[in-house]
Amino acid sequence: MSAVPPENARPLAAEVAAFLTRRARWSPLEVVFWLVALASIWLFPQKHLILTEICIWGLFALSLDLILGYAGVISLGHAAFFGLGAYSAGLLAKYGWISEPALALVAAALIAAALGFITSFLVLRGSDLTRLMVTFGVALMLGEIANKFAGITGGADGLQGVEIKPLLGRFEFDLYGHTGYVYALVVLFVMFVIARRVVRSPFGLSLQAIRGNALRSAAVGIAVNWRLVAIYTLSAGYAGVAGAVLAQTQSFASLEMFSIERSADVLLILIIGGTGYLYGGLVGALIYRFLQDELSELTARYWQFWIGLILVAIVLTGRDRIGRWLAPVVRFADEIARWRPGRAASAGEGR
Amino acid sequence: MAPVLETRGLDKHFGGIVAADEVSLSIAKGARHALIGPNGAGKTTVVNLLTGVLRPTAGQILLDGRDITGLAPHERVRLGIARTFQINQLFADLTPIETLGLAISERLGLGSDWWRIVGSRSSVTDEIAELIERFRLGDVMCERTAILPYGKQRLLEIALAIACKPRVLLLDEPAAGVPEDERHEILSSVEALPKDVTVLLIEHDMDIIFSFADRISVLVNGSLFVEGDPDEVARDPRVRAVYLGEAFDA
Repeated sequence: MSAVPPENARPLAAEVAAFLTRRARWSPLEVVFWLVALASIWLFPQKHLILTEICIWGLFALSLDLILGYAGVISLGHAAFFGLGAYSAGLLAKYGWISEPALALVAAALIAAALGFITSFLVLRGSDLTRLMVTFGVALMLGEIANKFAGITGGADGLQGVEIKPLLGRFEFDLYGHTGYVYALVVLFVMFVIARRVVRSPFGLSLQAIRGNALRSAAVGIAVNWRLVAIYTLSAGYAGVAGAVLAQTQSFASLEMFSIERSADVLLILIIGGTGYLYGGLVGALIYRFLQDELSELTARYWQFWIGLILVAIVLTGRDRIGRWLAPVVRFADEIARWRPGRAASAGEGR
Repeated sequence: MAPVLETRGLDKHFGGIVAADEVSLSIAKGARHALIGPNGAGKTTVVNLLTGVLRPTAGQILLDGRDITGLAPHERVRLGIARTFQINQLFADLTPIETLGLAISERLGLGSDWWRIVGSRSSVTDEIAELIERFRLGDVMCERTAILPYGKQRLLEIALAIACKPRVLLLDEPAAGVPEDERHEILSSVEALPKDVTVLLIEHDMDIIFSFADRISVLVNGSLFVEGDPDEVARDPRVRAVYLGEAFDA
C-alpha cells in the first residue's frame, strides 16, 4: 500500500504522497483491535450470542457513520433499511428463493440499497430537521407496509418459520451461535475494509469536503447531490446487510426492526463511539451492549437511566477533548509500530 | 480579441431590490479585467451569477460563445470557470494537502473513484506539491485548515481555485483582510498567474487595481457605469465623483 514515488520526484512531492498514504495505512491499534476480535472466537465461546449482536449493531452504526460522520447527513430512520434487509433475507430464506445465506445477504443488500437510492432524492432536500423528519417518515411507512401485508410478512407476529440453510452449503447455524458469530464477524470485517477504502478514496474525500462546505465543494467542481445520493445508497446497503445478518442468525424478523427505537439506538451507539473515524460504531456497540448487559443485572428496569447519563456526559465533554485524552496512547502505539531494530534514530521522521 | 466570457443583459432581482441591472460585460481572452465599484454595488452578485451560485432573473452568460446560463456551479467549473471567495470558503477539517488533492482529483475526473487511495497517483501528488511550493504553504501543509494563520488561508483560497486549472479565474477581493505586510505575498501570486488565464478581479484597493488591471469596469447600483482602460477610468470625472461619494451614495 506504500507509495513508490518516481525516482526523480522532488522531495516535497514525495512528502505529500507519504502524508496521504500514511493516513491510509493500518495503524497498530487497528491491527490489535481486529486480532482481539478474531481471538474472541476462541476466547469467549459462551459469549457468542451477545458478540453477534454487537457485530450487527456495529455494522448498523457503521452504515450510519458513512452518511453522518463523512457526509454530514443525519437520519432518524435508518432502521428502514435495516428492517428491509432483515425481511428480505427472511423472506428469501422462508420461500426458498435464495436459500444460500451468503447469496441472500448480497440480495438483501441490493434491495436495501435500491430503497436507499430511491429515497435519497427526498432526503437530500432541505436542512437537517427536514432530513430527520423525512427519514423518520420513510421508516414509519416501511414498518406499516410490513404490518399491512401480514399474509406475507406475518404482521405483528413477525416473520416466523424461517429456516436458514447451512452457510455455503456446509456450515450449519447452531443453537449456541458459534457459526452465527463467525459469520457476523467476517461480514463485519469485509464490510469494514470496504468502507475504510471508500472513505480514503477521492470519493470519500469529496464527501468530507461536502460536509465541511457544500458551497466550496461545488466551486471546485464536485457534483454535490450525486455524491450524496451515492453514499446514501451505499449506506442503505450496509444497513440492509446488518439487518439481514440479524434475521439470518435469529431465523426471525419482526416489525421492531423498523422501529424508531432502533433508529434512535443506532444513533446513540454512534454518538457514544464517535463519528467520522469508522470505529465509532464498533466501539459504541461494544460499550452500549455491555453496559446494557451489566446495568440490567444491577437494575433491571432502570438501566436506560445510566445510558442516558453517559450519553449526556459524552456529548457535553465533547469528542475533541476525549480525543485529546487518548492522543498519548495513539502516539505511543504509533511509535512502537514505527520502531525498527537499528533504525531507532530515524523513527521520528516526518514532522 | 474575442471575448472568452460574456454577459448579455444580466438582471438579478431579490424581491424588490435590483442587485444586477442589465449588466453586459465582455472579458477578453487573457485579460486582467477589474470590476470595481462602491460597497453594495453588486460586484459579488455578478460573480455569483457568473459561477452559477445565483440564477439570473433575466439575461445570458456565454463562455466561448456557448450559453452556460442554465448550468450548475460544478458544471461551470469543469468548463473552466473558477473563483475565490471574499470570505474564506475552505474545508476546516482538511489539511492543505487534502484540500488541493481534492480539487485536483476532481479536475482529473477521479472524484467518483471510490477505491484507490487519494495519494496513490503521482500525477496528483506532484501537482499538490507544485501548488504548495508556489503558494508557500509548505510549513503548514499537514495542519488542519481551521488553525492556519489568516494569510495562509487566503493563499490556500487562491491555490484551491488554481488547482481547478481555470481558463477564467474570478478573484473576489483576494487580499481582503490581509495585513499590509503579508499582502505582497498574495499579490505576487496573483501576478504570477499564467498569461493565458483570464482574470476578473474584484477589488477595493486602488493601488492593486491600477498596478494589475489592463481593463476596468465600474459597477454602480447594479449597473455598468463606465468601462475602459485604467487611464480612461482614472480620468473619468463621473468615476471620481462616485468614489468621492458626491453623485451616488451606494
